Amino acid sequence: MEESKIISNKRVVIIGGSAGSLNAILQILPDLPVFKSFALVIVLHRRGTDDLTLEELITLKAQTEVKLIEDKVQLMHGFIYVAPSNYHLLFEKDDFFALDTSEKVNYSRPSIDVSFESAAEVYGSNLIGILLSGSNTDGTEGLKAIQNAGGIVVIQDPKSAEMPYMPSNAILNTTPDYILSPEEILKFIISIDK
Amino acid sequence: MIEDIELETLINDIYEYYGFDFGSYSRASLKRRVNRLYHLDGFRNFYEFLSKVRNDSDYYKRLIDEITVNVTEMFRDPTFYRIVRTEILPLLATKPFIRLWHAGCSTGEEVYSMAIMLKEAGLLHKSLIYATDINSKVLETAKKGIFPLRMMKEYSENYRDSGGQEDFSSYYIANYGIAKFNDELAQKMVFSQHNLVSDNSFNEFDFILCRNVLIYFDNDLQKRVINLFDASLAVLGFLALGTKETIKYSISTTKYKQLEKEKIWRKVK
Repeated sequence: MEESKIISNKRVVIIGGSAGSLNAILQILPDLPVFKSFALVIVLHRRGTDDLTLEELITLKAQTEVKLIEDKVQLMHGFIYVAPSNYHLLFEKDDFFALDTSEKVNYSRPSIDVSFESAAEVYGSNLIGILLSGSNTDGTEGLKAIQNAGGIVVIQDPKSAEMPYMPSNAILNTTPDYILSPEEILKFIISIDK
Repeated sequence: MIEDIELETLINDIYEYYGFDFGSYSRASLKRRVNRLYHLDGFRNFYEFLSKVRNDSDYYKRLIDEITVNVTEMFRDPTFYRIVRTEILPLLATKPFIRLWHAGCSTGEEVYSMAIMLKEAGLLHKSLIYATDINSKVLETAKKGIFPLRMMKEYSENYRDSGGQEDFSSYYIANYGIAKFNDELAQKMVFSQHNLVSDNSFNEFDFILCRNVLIYFDNDLQKRVINLFDASLAVLGFLALGTKETIKYSISTTKYKQLEKEKIWRKVK
């Protein structure tokens, strides 16, 4: 493992998911009490249109406030952020979000790998990466980057996932700190708010 | 993964050797692009890469092609185009002559989209679209109006979602995997190289589009570019940015009125 470097002192939980992950998200967010000591960033594969349906749904279901990501929006503790459709989501060293329209990665934009790798560079050991249900390989490289940067790797138990391929692939190729069901992921996130 | 200090060295060297200034580009995206190229081209260490960039101007061109983002699509964000079609073109229609500037046009997909809408509104004959980019290679593609045929299904859906009612395939000729757009559309386009980092205003326009370019720039450069647009925009003209971009950090918004939730502003004074 590389020596962990922390550039920002913000704490970030980043969740990535593809097919079937919205269900898991909806099992976690409604029961997650308002948190203060970290930022929650959600990166889901979604249709490539410019609508805000996912943001609106999460705003409706979550107790914590959802802040829309736009160019030069700064990440702050105590908010949920959702990666916008048709952009890659990256992180600058001064906690600003950066958006990028470059080629799809793993057939996806946003790509989970791109966001996880970028977050790992800035947040290092202050980062927790959670990978949910899905049916492609996106997220595995990103989790490796999080692990190498000293962050914590959580993968949804494939048995609890609607589409087990993505978490299974990640389990095979990383050494996760935790393999959890959505209910356990909820408890885990609650436990880290201090 | 290249180190931050290495990226800064590269930025300095590019400026010193070629005069192009990436200093105000957003680092997260730039670093990812440089890193991708470094691995793609199989360099063993950073100094090998740096020396290639310094000493081989053809490789420098490749570097510019690869690290500037040139991904675009026709009718990207159909809702945006629908608003342009229904709210903006009717207002521009009253003018005897319409000048548009598409800044950072890349390979031109959005320029052809605009030309199609102008044609459908009966305005193409009195319009002129200036389309600019820093990258001369993408402009060559744009001039030809040739795009991959495999993209046409998606573009035709975007076109329809933007309110288009014609047969989209009537705008191009399909052949050997490519779609060549009708020359009639390109007749009203002028392509030229323009660098938003260092070049100045070159005309006055009624409609300026610069979509998903500012996201790669830091605040200072964004301010420069928005002020350049302001200096190039006629009163009552429109400025359109990407769906996640804004002018609010760059210029007094009393000069501009935003169209509801859209990333379109009208210069009111």
